[in-house]
Amino acid sequence: MSLTHHEFWTLVHGMVLGALFLLGFAGGLEGLWALRPHQMTSAGIRARVLRLKIGTTAMAVAAWGTVITGTWIVYPWYREDVPDSPRSTLLADPATAEWHHFGMEWKEHIAWMSPLLATLVAFIVFYYGAGLVLHDRLRKTTLGLFTLAFGVAAIAGAFGALITKTAPLI
Amino acid sequence: MAMNPDTGPAAELGGYIDKPEGPITAAILAVGIGCFALGLLTTLAEANEGVKEFLNFYDPVGPLSGKTTWAVAIWLLTWIVLHLVYRRKKTESRKELAVSLVLIAFGLLGTFPIFFQAFAG
Repeated sequence: MSLTHHEFWTLVHGMVLGALFLLGFAGGLEGLWALRPHQMTSAGIRARVLRLKIGTTAMAVAAWGTVITGTWIVYPWYREDVPDSPRSTLLADPATAEWHHFGMEWKEHIAWMSPLLATLVAFIVFYYGAGLVLHDRLRKTTLGLFTLAFGVAAIAGAFGALITKTAPLI
Repeated sequence: MAMNPDTGPAAELGGYIDKPEGPITAAILAVGIGCFALGLLTTLAEANEGVKEFLNFYDPVGPLSGKTTWAVAIWLLTWIVLHLVYRRKKTESRKELAVSLVLIAFGLLGTFPIFFQAFAG
């Protein structure tokens, strides 16, 4: 059982950083959702904000790591001008060409919005810290932006998984 | 709505001093501008061969290298400038959030293949 160099980086890009991203999102979402003053004590707020900082930072770091490894390491192998690259494989068959024309073209661009949004969320959480509990409107805004960051990454991730299934990078 | 920091949960936070919302406003606007820039560059690169060539910083990655590098640079630069402008302002970011969401929507449109491929030269 072994992984090729390409498979290793595809794994890091999609699975390792993807898992960190999901964990960060789950932790951050729960933290933001429950950060309401009537639901906790001062000590509870502080403990939750610490977890919130960890969750949102993990998601932002994972989002940056995913797009940087995806664009600068994995993507050149995908689009390499050789007959057995995934791009060439997809375009060679009219039945799979749309995976490139629509799926990959959308994924490679939309994914880059996620780290911007995730960084914004982490910034808001660090800026206000425990004080975020006093700003319910901003907490809801942060929750919305956090979900948007996840949504665009989910679109990119889903297309990435489906394209890899159709034309794997070996 | 922000609560009075002298009473209720704020008092329990022990000496918490509320901060102006200006830096948040700046960061929200900067993200909208960064996402819009990505969508605009994606569509322009499709519409114009010269732009596509200009954005091709690194052959193995192609024009995606320039689109993403420029979008991130525009986002960071805008954030720095807006932060300096807004840092002490006690704004409420409602209007700027609406503007930012519209810009993000345009950015999403600009990166949607059916849209930008319609401009292919």
